[in-house]
Amino acid sequence: MDSITLEVSRYRPEEENEPSWQDYEVPFRKDWMVLDALNHVKDHLDGTLSYRWACRMGVCGSCGMMVNGEPVLTCATYLETCAPGPIRVEPLRGFPVIRDLVGDLTDFLEKLERVKPWIVRDKERSLDEGEYRQTPEELAEYKQYSMCINCMLCYAACPIYELEPEFVGPAAIALAQRYNLDSRDDGRAARMDVLARQDGIWACTFVGECSAVCPKNVDPAGAIQRYKLEAATDWVKAMVLPWRKR
Amino acid sequence: MNPDYRLYHPKWHRRRIPIFWWLGKRSYIRFIARELTSVFVAYCAVLLLLQTWMLGRGEAAYARFSEWLASPPLVGFHLLTLLAVVFHTVTWLGLAPTALVISVRGRRVPSRAVLLAHYAAWAVASGVVAWALLGGS
Amino acid sequence: MSRRSDEAGLWLSFSSGGMLAALLFPAIAFLFWIGPALGWTPSPAYDHLVGLVRHPLVRVLLFALISLSMFHWAHRFRYTLYDGLQLYHLNHLIAVVTYGLATVLSLVAGFVVVTV
Repeated sequence: MDSITLEVSRYRPEEENEPSWQDYEVPFRKDWMVLDALNHVKDHLDGTLSYRWACRMGVCGSCGMMVNGEPVLTCATYLETCAPGPIRVEPLRGFPVIRDLVGDLTDFLEKLERVKPWIVRDKERSLDEGEYRQTPEELAEYKQYSMCINCMLCYAACPIYELEPEFVGPAAIALAQRYNLDSRDDGRAARMDVLARQDGIWACTFVGECSAVCPKNVDPAGAIQRYKLEAATDWVKAMVLPWRKR
Repeated sequence: MNPDYRLYHPKWHRRRIPIFWWLGKRSYIRFIARELTSVFVAYCAVLLLLQTWMLGRGEAAYARFSEWLASPPLVGFHLLTLLAVVFHTVTWLGLAPTALVISVRGRRVPSRAVLLAHYAAWAVASGVVAWALLGGS
Repeated sequence: MSRRSDEAGLWLSFSSGGMLAALLFPAIAFLFWIGPALGWTPSPAYDHLVGLVRHPLVRVLLFALISLSMFHWAHRFRYTLYDGLQLYHLNHLIAVVTYGLATVLSLVAGFVVVTV
């Protein structure tokens, strides 16, 4: 076949109240990704189509969209795997749609900031004390969770996030764990205050789809379950030894 | 021009989530099936409780209870129950390695080892139950 | 006091109940309710079972299994109704009914294992 149809979700708030579908016929090339097809649409067929993309090589996390109902990075999805089509392209689920394929990610950014995704120190070291040293084993503890590119495919895959928008979400919790497990960090208690709540880890019912769609094998579901165990242990300790400093 | 649109006022769209959202994807259906096994777990708990109580009511009462348990429709339902609790066990043990990440002497215990340890525990527990129940007959 | 939720306790009961149920119910269901009825396994003798169930360790295990399985169901079913059927407005009612039933059945189980 030498062409394939893209069924793209369009939403132009100045013209309509609900999204609508628009078909585009694009060349079918074996080495093209869905993103290449979208760029072809924008360059040659319809310049009004709005969508996000940047690095086109799977490291920036900008081009996440729903392709045939699955959240994927469009720069990493071959047209061939979606053949014969038509290929349904929609904005990432769970986020309000601003226009066409562009969603508003402010909610995630606010939640990310809430979990303090940086090294928190009880006492900062002065420069003459030298660097913070870390063994390869200590690095291995959190390395997996540091691979997150904030592409938000996990949020789009998580039914709980769409059903309960207050849920902090998979990536935010995985990133909190990335710092909790970092030997240089002292912020565990502060992050536990933010996450050991109904809108934090306890809303998660371990559907597991977040880890299934993650393009970087971060395994946010694993991070969350481990965190639940930690939070539960903390809770028991607080019950049994209430005078203990957190 | 959309009459509901006002310049410089964002008008974002949120889709309405269908009531049966979980019928949309195979992984969601599997998820809901897994969650619903808890109903069969509760049924087992109640039936076990009933059986224990019947034991205390004397041999005749227990014999009548055992007869009732052997009736075909109940056995049919119990076959379904067995399938459900086995599905519960398999999915539960399958998820154990993601929650239980342990290191022994600085080396990460592989997930497969954690999974196998859980299956071994299941085998041992079942063996103990069998030995305890059938030991006297 | 911290703003951390007490949901942790409920999750612990869900988790331990789920583990106990996972390890024990398949064998119990098969050996009590299927094997004997279909003639595949011998039916456990009455006297043997009574002796077994009156052993203090078995009493404790039975209580733990029944009670924690009920709390496992309560927690899981509550979330299934909450998310599966989007019954958010009934959240409080569902919590009371599910955990309430689990509590009641735990009390009954406690009574039965002590007096059997």
